[in-house]
Amino acid sequence: MSIALLVFFVIGTIAVAASALVITMRNPVHSALFLLLTFLCVAVLFVMKGAEFVGAVQVLVYAGGIMVLFLFVVMLINVRHLPEERVLSHFWKGGFAVGLGVFILLFAIVRPGVYRDVRTNKAPLTTAKDRVLGPSRKNPGKLAYRTVRRHNVNSEAVGDALYRDYLVPFEVASLFLLVAMIGAIVIGKRELSAEEEETAPNYMLEKVKTEEKVKEAMSA
Amino acid sequence: MLSGTLFAIGLVGVIIRRNMITVLMAIELMLNAVNINLVAFSHHLASLEGQIFTIFIITVAAGEAAVGLAIIIQLYRLRSTINIDESRELHG
Repeated sequence: MSIALLVFFVIGTIAVAASALVITMRNPVHSALFLLLTFLCVAVLFVMKGAEFVGAVQVLVYAGGIMVLFLFVVMLINVRHLPEERVLSHFWKGGFAVGLGVFILLFAIVRPGVYRDVRTNKAPLTTAKDRVLGPSRKNPGKLAYRTVRRHNVNSEAVGDALYRDYLVPFEVASLFLLVAMIGAIVIGKRELSAEEEETAPNYMLEKVKTEEKVKEAMSA
Repeated sequence: MLSGTLFAIGLVGVIIRRNMITVLMAIELMLNAVNINLVAFSHHLASLEGQIFTIFIITVAAGEAAVGLAIIIQLYRLRSTINIDESRELHG
């Protein structure tokens, strides 16, 4: 057994155990922390599979951004679970049955050992082409462009593909993020209550009035 | 294998939990399972498309988590509960 396979099994076991704990923990904070452990294990798996850039993005976005968001909301909402209160939904038996069914289905479809690395040429994943200006071989004394392949630059290859072949989906994704941000702000915004309106400073009330005007204008 | 297991756990989590935040976490788990699959096959087929897809999935997951948590906060302000079974206004 190679070391890579051993690491894969250890990390995979940790990931599965942590994800099982995510959905069984009573306290959402504990769930969130186990989710963090799962994300980190998955990032390790990504790096092992030669996807360094995706692994880094996984750590930054999931472990950095989404986990902070989750923990923030958990602590903001601060629901105390009584020990005797039920955590499970009414139809938890059906849930387990569906989960087991999907697991058996995936187990039947994905047969380990079938998917060997048939193609040994992993060049597109980790190389980038460069045009380098240097002395020409054909005409001595002159300069010419040559194509040079550099290896072990996964993030560069990904960036190349993102900005060249997948530029439109990339821009659509940025637009999506903008829409999600505006949506989250609008949904999460709070209307002022009556007593707050009395104590609020004037500029805030003016802002609220402007917002109402904008709302009316948009609905009209 | 690993991806399938993670996906099944995530699916169970989505269905059985009553706490909405935990359900969102389970959805993130499922997306992660899909990501593992995509990266593994990108390695297997030696093509970059899988990794590009994974990046877009991470983007979508981030947006989804932000909007979902905003909805949960607003629901908590209105109803003082984040229990899924008690939010059945649309139940006919």
